Amino acid sequence: MIYLFYLLVYGFLLTAALGLFASWVDRKVTARVQYRIGPPLLQPLIDIVKLMGKETLIPRGASRNTFLLSPVAGLSSVILASALLWVVGLRPGDGFLGDWIVAIYLLTIPSISIIVGGFASGNPLASLGSSREMKLVLAYELPFVLAALVPVIRAGLILRLGDIVVAQQIAGATATSLSGIIALIVAILCVQAKLALVPFDIPEAETEIIHGPLVDYSGSSLALYRLMKNMLLFTLPFFLVILYLGGIRLTGIHILWSVLKYLVLVAIITVIRNTNPRVRIDQALRFFWGPVTILSVIAVVLAVLGL
Amino acid sequence: MGRTIVPIGPYHPLQEEPEFFSLTVEGERVVDIDVRIGYNHRGIEKLSERKNFDQSTFVIERICGICSTSHPFAYTRAVEDIFPMDVPERAKYIRTIIAEGERIHSHLLWLGLAGHFLGYNTVYMWVWKLREEILDAMEILSGNRNNYAMFKPGGVRRDIKESDIPDVLRKVESIVGTLEMLRDAIMDDPVIHARTKGVGVLTKEKSIEFSALGPTSRASGVARDVRKDSPYAVYDRLDWDMIVTQNGDVFDKVVVRVLEMLESVKIIRACLLNLPGGEIDAKIKNVPPGEGVGHIEAPRGETFHYVRSDGTNRPVRHKVRAPTFMNLPTYKATVVGETISDATIILAAIDPCYCCTERMAVRDVDGARLYDGQDLIRLSQLKTERLRKELGFGS
Repeated sequence: MIYLFYLLVYGFLLTAALGLFASWVDRKVTARVQYRIGPPLLQPLIDIVKLMGKETLIPRGASRNTFLLSPVAGLSSVILASALLWVVGLRPGDGFLGDWIVAIYLLTIPSISIIVGGFASGNPLASLGSSREMKLVLAYELPFVLAALVPVIRAGLILRLGDIVVAQQIAGATATSLSGIIALIVAILCVQAKLALVPFDIPEAETEIIHGPLVDYSGSSLALYRLMKNMLLFTLPFFLVILYLGGIRLTGIHILWSVLKYLVLVAIITVIRNTNPRVRIDQALRFFWGPVTILSVIAVVLAVLGL
Repeated sequence: MGRTIVPIGPYHPLQEEPEFFSLTVEGERVVDIDVRIGYNHRGIEKLSERKNFDQSTFVIERICGICSTSHPFAYTRAVEDIFPMDVPERAKYIRTIIAEGERIHSHLLWLGLAGHFLGYNTVYMWVWKLREEILDAMEILSGNRNNYAMFKPGGVRRDIKESDIPDVLRKVESIVGTLEMLRDAIMDDPVIHARTKGVGVLTKEKSIEFSALGPTSRASGVARDVRKDSPYAVYDRLDWDMIVTQNGDVFDKVVVRVLEMLESVKIIRACLLNLPGGEIDAKIKNVPPGEGVGHIEAPRGETFHYVRSDGTNRPVRHKVRAPTFMNLPTYKATVVGETISDATIILAAIDPCYCCTERMAVRDVDGARLYDGQDLIRLSQLKTERLRKELGFGS
């Protein structure tokens, strides 16, 4: 029962609310940077609700079930992952051995769902976007996993997120060490790509392939994708907070501290996305397989050496 | 690898106007490109032949919202060439000021859009904010932000008030600081370099072969600028430099435009400070029979107008050639072999203007006209009839 509660209230409702808020922060900050006024607080929610009420069109030649189910799969995995992270964040003792693997796995599914959905729509632009997304997933997944390995090593090679949080509460956050800092930088870059934000919004590239995989989505299925992306904007930084910044604690002054850690991460992501043009897919591949992977390997080696 | 066709257009967020590029791609690489335009044809030349010489200026101005001074400028020069006659000094200066103001706002518009195409929306918004200053200055001068309606055969329609000059000067000069900051930012940004350097190279030979014009040719090392080659208005009396770079890639096209804006500021300043007194209009009465050509350097390259008069108050023939008409085919040389991501910025790099270009007719290989106005009406009626049948409305 308690798990159902976590799933619905924390995993879905709270994450959705915070994700929509994060998306508003992102849009507002972006707007202010660009001398615009920006949307009102409820705009992300209004967008979703409006889309929900629109007609869902299924293109001729699309594989109907896959087309409609992939946003559901993506959204469900985000909800599951968020519920898992909330459990770990609020009650570190309640995790299970290997939840680190499950979290990383669940956080990959949204990208996969976008790939599958894009291919299912049968649109050439969507296929192009999907193949780009596929290449991008192949590019950032390795450094992301390596970077996520650093806190595991520092916590004594235990693949349990709860223990990672506890270890950080005892020995200081992962990011206070050299290996932790490097890993955090790598992870932020990977998160940028996972969120498909500039400079890694290559799969969606509005001015090239008109939102790529999502080009044929409309109505409620598009709303699900939008909600999924907004929730990811909360879940991924939250994951980083757990891995590198000592998790969250909802008592006393720690509440402020937790919110601050999260907002700083969102701010970094927003700043990166507003100060860069989009790179090409081959450049992104070279970037992730080259310098970023090397950095993450260095971080792992340093972590093993205890630095 | 299998070939796919990726459509860009007729409606695509890349560009504001309807146009259709069909990119044949292998994976991400473009192996062939086909360009179709003609979605925007409005029959402006014909319209112009039905107006008198004065009214035509206003019609011509509406060929393009961005080159809204270049076309009237070339047209009025073509009409004046029929006499031939000279316009008053003050009018020449005012014409130069308006034309250069237009160049700045057009280049800024393009620079912002280029940022947008690269996904760099911050540049897009910043540059367009900067453009507001120029539009404000133009509004002080002409009363309009775009479509200035300043030109008329024989002079200009509206004088510049002495009291406005300091305001205009301040506004125009206020963009210099930001422009220089942008110039340095573009020159230094490694990610912009990665996206634009060596991309879509138009070599000097190809540029000459395609007769590319304006910034497109100047970025390829071809020093071609009507303002220098065949000076008009007061360009030969002012101190300014033609910007020429050698590489012909997208980066150079950006650089040429940014530096040209700084030159334009220089020109406007010199004109405003040395504005002579006197008449602004030669008050021409009747246009004699004959023909005239006018060509000027529009922001995108040379705009060419041909006007023939039979002594009545209307042009009997008016031909317009916009710079994009010459720059458009360079796609064949620049896009093939690049990736789709680059194709979009390369397509945008010539600063295409389709509504300027579109005055075409459909002909078959023997030169016979396939569709004329009557044919199009007939086709449209047939289609309506067919649709009515299909939808079951009866006939």
